[in-house]
Amino acid sequence: MLMTRKPYDAGKLTALLLFLPPALLLFTLFVVMPIGEAAWYSGFNWNGFGTPKNWIGWDNYRFVFDNKAFGTAFKNNLLIIVVSLLVQLPLALSLALILARAFKGAVMLRMLFFMPYILAEIATGLIFSFVYDGDFGLLAAIYRQFGAQAPHLLASPDTSMLAILLVIVWKYFGFHMMLFIAALQGMDKNLVEAARVDGANRWQILRHIIIPLLRPTIKLSIFFAIVGSLQLFDLIMPLTRGGPADSSHTMVSFLYNFGVMRMRVGFGSAVGVILFVICVTFAFSYKKWFMRDED
Amino acid sequence: MKTEEAFSESGLDWAAFLKALYLLGVVLFVATPLVATVLGGFKSLGELRTNPFGLPQVWEWSNYADILLSRRYWQLLQNSMIISTFTVILTLITASMAAFVFAHISFFGRSMLLNYITMGLLFPAATAILPLFIKVRDLGLLDHYLGVILPQVAFSLAMSILLLRRFFKELPEELLEAALVDGCSYFNFFRYVTLPLSRPILATVGTITFVHSWNAYLVPLVMLNSDKQYPWPMGIMIYQGEFSAEWHLILAFITLTLLPTIILFLFAQKHIVAGLTSGAVKG
Repeated sequence: MLMTRKPYDAGKLTALLLFLPPALLLFTLFVVMPIGEAAWYSGFNWNGFGTPKNWIGWDNYRFVFDNKAFGTAFKNNLLIIVVSLLVQLPLALSLALILARAFKGAVMLRMLFFMPYILAEIATGLIFSFVYDGDFGLLAAIYRQFGAQAPHLLASPDTSMLAILLVIVWKYFGFHMMLFIAALQGMDKNLVEAARVDGANRWQILRHIIIPLLRPTIKLSIFFAIVGSLQLFDLIMPLTRGGPADSSHTMVSFLYNFGVMRMRVGFGSAVGVILFVICVTFAFSYKKWFMRDED
Repeated sequence: MKTEEAFSESGLDWAAFLKALYLLGVVLFVATPLVATVLGGFKSLGELRTNPFGLPQVWEWSNYADILLSRRYWQLLQNSMIISTFTVILTLITASMAAFVFAHISFFGRSMLLNYITMGLLFPAATAILPLFIKVRDLGLLDHYLGVILPQVAFSLAMSILLLRRFFKELPEELLEAALVDGCSYFNFFRYVTLPLSRPILATVGTITFVHSWNAYLVPLVMLNSDKQYPWPMGIMIYQGEFSAEWHLILAFITLTLLPTIILFLFAQKHIVAGLTSGAVKG
């Protein structure tokens, strides 16, 4: 078992047996086993009491895929990813380019922009349900200034997701900005200097030197944006609870609403397994296809 | 020459001006909801409706005072504090012990076990929340702080072990060799050399675990059933349900519950930023 034969082998074995089991036990019990059990439960029609007996095979998966709200939830998750890439990433990158340099106030601005990221999603969601409130909210006040009736953004299936997307950008762009700032500050400044000496203008330097050097960070930022989208839940609850008319569910809020709340263990487990397969497939293929060249 | 200089000078000014304008726009975007929330807590409901942006004409200190004097607020903070503190302590103990083994002791199956742990990074707790609920119920831990703490520890292990292991590996190997030859046990080396030398990374891992646990909603929502145990994110949702249209009170409550996070952020900025962006550096 042990690879080296030294006088302290016995101590090594003791250390192994003392140090490793607590973490392994907790991890296995609460992280790994539930995933396996989810796969097992997903074959049953079960309300969680007693033991699962009513085996229905793949039916739960069929129910999930036939469920319109799940389709919407899946689309919403994709939409969140698209907005993260098209709005959040450029915003974060441009701010990082400005704030990576040291000038008076730069650190304060960085901290201000990072702050939404550490506030609880629940509190953020409540703050924005105030912002969007059709009677008391900030948005309503702006509309009143122009003599218009404020829309109830969160109460309409057409606008609920749009309103949530804005909150997502508000909350998470600062995190991505910090990633870029860290990368920019670790960057070799000689390259930029050399290019400048050679007569490259700012745009050329940005386009041909800085952005290529940031590629690993950009890939990482995209990775986090996608992973974040796949687990988004807390923010949805205070804003819409997935409504109205199931228009603003994410896959996790769908799971909570249709699986946990109704104690449909089999159905909810099937959603969990689908989500798990998506997460793992994504993580592996992203690593394989996009991150292999950088190590 | 002179015109060129002047031109580039004014060009620079334009660029600087646009940049400042852009920054100002983002500052307003980020700060307005936060400032309006804090100030809203000082207004009466009537004033909130007519003047949601500005300073209160009459400062309603009682909104905040009533909450600060209520048992409810402190009970929520106490519950959150118990759950988060124990999550952090248990995570640090179990993760640092495992990371020590992964960093310093070679044994058959080490890399396999490390890969096994790394799996924890791949999916969120939500995927298996129902089986997790059933497991916690069968262990008799529903409605108990431990029913929230143990799953949270388990889910923070993967990241914590990877971060700690990377740090431990950078400590000079000769130190361990020498200590072992001198008859020091692994445990004593871990206790008296590794841990004291690793304070910065322990602080970072501890802070990030704390923030995650402090803000967590889904696991407590599923595991806890009585408001005696609710952490603040659940408490604030219930508060909002009770006072649905009395936004001035809800805003005051939000502000007060965010206060601890903001204080922690101001004091532990460095660790929070390092910790929360450290997934960025591959382990």
